[in-house]
Amino acid sequence: MQTIRKLVQAVWIFLINGFWGFPITGNLYQGPLKIICSPGLNCYSCPAATTYCPIGSLQQLLLSVRFSLQTGHYYIGTFVLGSMGLLGASFGRFICGWACPFGLIQELLHKIPSKKYSIPPLLNRCKYGVLLVFVVVLPLLVVDQFGLGKPWFCKYICPAGTLEAGIPMVFLIPDLRTTIGFIYLNKICILTGVIIWSVLASRPFCRTMCPLGAFYALFNRVSLIKLDLDKEACTNCKACHKVCPVEIRFNETPGSGECINCMKCMTDACDFEAIFVNVAGYRLARTGKSRPVSARQS
Amino acid sequence: MKRKLRKTPFILLGFFLLLWLVGISLGEPTRVLEQAKSICLECIGIG
Ligand code: SF4
Ligand code: SF4
Repeated sequence: MQTIRKLVQAVWIFLINGFWGFPITGNLYQGPLKIICSPGLNCYSCPAATTYCPIGSLQQLLLSVRFSLQTGHYYIGTFVLGSMGLLGASFGRFICGWACPFGLIQELLHKIPSKKYSIPPLLNRCKYGVLLVFVVVLPLLVVDQFGLGKPWFCKYICPAGTLEAGIPMVFLIPDLRTTIGFIYLNKICILTGVIIWSVLASRPFCRTMCPLGAFYALFNRVSLIKLDLDKEACTNCKACHKVCPVEIRFNETPGSGECINCMKCMTDACDFEAIFVNVAGYRLARTGKSRPVSARQS
Repeated sequence: MKRKLRKTPFILLGFFLLLWLVGISLGEPTRVLEQAKSICLECIGIG
């Protein structure tokens, strides 16, 4: 199953970064597909990006809300929030485990042999602060004399943007090199820190900093497709605790917002079929047949 | 423990679909496309 997951992740990377004509055009993709929301965190200024980044676009709309209203437009972010919500309500953090390029990058970095460390659970809460403060509050409230704010998360934090757009664009457009300053160097430092941390700990950015992961986490318990626990089948053998890449005890916290739904506990650990995929209340059986959860549990 | 069809995801999907349609009716996709087509220097830490 984990091989299939890796393949699916690779397919998603190429789907949302499918424009390989940029070395010839010297610019990023500008076609109509950019109206589609990228499910994972993927900078739309990446030269190969074919979709828009929900976190980037949401900030852009929020930072210019006043300006939009003054000019008679109502660009308040409902389209972007609607797209994000449709994805979150359908898949929750399955997107993190299966479709996010930056998640895959961190997983590959973690394969580099080194001593491995865990992450204190308290740090997991920081990502909700990042979502609220850097994506919503600061872009909305800290404005200049024209009523325009800044994309705080993109500008000061996002390591995915630095890796996928900041560095390639500086290579692609030499004129940009003259404008490199403190902010760019700060972002390079954050990216370097995340890369080193990813080698030492599993998915540190996803667990502690990602605002999109925080948004999808809100849906993990209620999404249409979710991982669930059959309490009667669970023997509390704790096998699921040992394989989890984000250090969750699935049988103690089913539906946790921290779970990236990689399904490792279900396919590689649990011998009792206690962990299963729940689609709108129906158990997706391993045989491929779908049957009501109540039928199994009664 | 009895389980049946979960309604919450459908309520949420309906709500976000509504938001999405409101956004479309207000012309927001054009703005999103405009932004996504150009390099956001601020976003990549330049400017
Ligand atoms: S937490 Fe963020 S970066 Fe990590 S997989 Fe989810 S969307 Fe991607
Ligand atoms: S609890 Fe299971 S599905 Fe969730 S992240 Fe851990 S191993 Fe993956």
